[in-house]
Amino acid sequence: MSSIETTSSSHDNAHTTFDTRPIWRTFWILLGITLVEITLATIHMKTGFPSKYVLNGIYLILTCAKAFYIIAEFMHLRHEIKNMIMTIAIPALIFVWFIIAFLWDGSSYNALRNRYDAHYRDANKVKIAPPSEPTDKEHGSKEE
Amino acid sequence: MAQAVPAGTKWWSGGKSPFNVEYGKLMMWYFLMSDSFTFGAFLISYGSIRFATNGWPDPNHVFRAFPFMGETNLPLVFVSLMTFILIMSSVTMVLAVAAGHAQDRKKVTFYMILTIIGGFMFLGCQAWEWWHLHGEGAWWGRNPFPNADGSKASTNFTNFFFTITGFHGFHVFSGVIINIIMLIKNLRGDFAKRGHYLMIEKAGLYWHFVDLVWVFVFTCFYLL
Repeated sequence: MSSIETTSSSHDNAHTTFDTRPIWRTFWILLGITLVEITLATIHMKTGFPSKYVLNGIYLILTCAKAFYIIAEFMHLRHEIKNMIMTIAIPALIFVWFIIAFLWDGSSYNALRNRYDAHYRDANKVKIAPPSEPTDKEHGSKEE
Repeated sequence: MAQAVPAGTKWWSGGKSPFNVEYGKLMMWYFLMSDSFTFGAFLISYGSIRFATNGWPDPNHVFRAFPFMGETNLPLVFVSLMTFILIMSSVTMVLAVAAGHAQDRKKVTFYMILTIIGGFMFLGCQAWEWWHLHGEGAWWGRNPFPNADGSKASTNFTNFFFTITGFHGFHVFSGVIINIIMLIKNLRGDFAKRGHYLMIEKAGLYWHFVDLVWVFVFTCFYLL
């Protein structure tokens, strides 16, 4: 190893106690969140509630929560010193722009093609199979 | 790791690591950050294409099979099992790291073996899923699944699915290889001789990252 000292280097491992309780707590949280996601998906399939857009928002929030717990607890980043955390966290912020910009770009491209490309627009009207989400249909027919 | 660092420590006055981590571990973090950009680029291009398309196959229709159950309609069940396996192997990995901190070589061996088994189980599940989808006619350039609204789907869906889960599966595979090497080194007593188990920690970081990516792959392909 290098000659540079870190407080976690070998010689003072005696007082480096690694608590295993938060590990199991994190495990239960991750498992719980996953089960909530699956339950919501099942409810949506059976009843069509909550709507797909609301559900997608919930999924994304829950996914970010899971990511936070894995990084903070399993990868132990929460317990590193702040300067180090920031060198990881700040570059990761580029994802905020990255996601917004590219999804926006995609939907803009789709809108343009639907407006100007009749062939592209009509291709979607040809059905080769029954819709695979009958739940939405049922939901709709009840209202009729 | 978790340290009682005296307040007012001058991190930048020289003579000590200003980030209080060992060099290799810091570099593992930066490697993982760059790797997250690779995965991010994959997943965001998938999202971009999906936003640029009128219809998309319904994941609950595509992923509804379970091994040895014949013709089933169990959406999400198999992939939930895969998620559980990966989270579980992440837990055993942290426990191996914790055992390393306690200088407990036997326990490190035990938990590393469990982690490796978990990795192989995940790979087995993925192999089965690929084999099953291939049997249904899905592959790169081939998509038998119609869009959710019943219209004909492009091959974007299968192309992205196989590329991204394949890239993730390759990460799992290399993670298992790294873990096996760490297990062998531990059995040889290399870490005990060295006096610390930092290598286990670095392998652990990589392993958790694989789990982290799976969380996003799971959401993007199976839930959304």
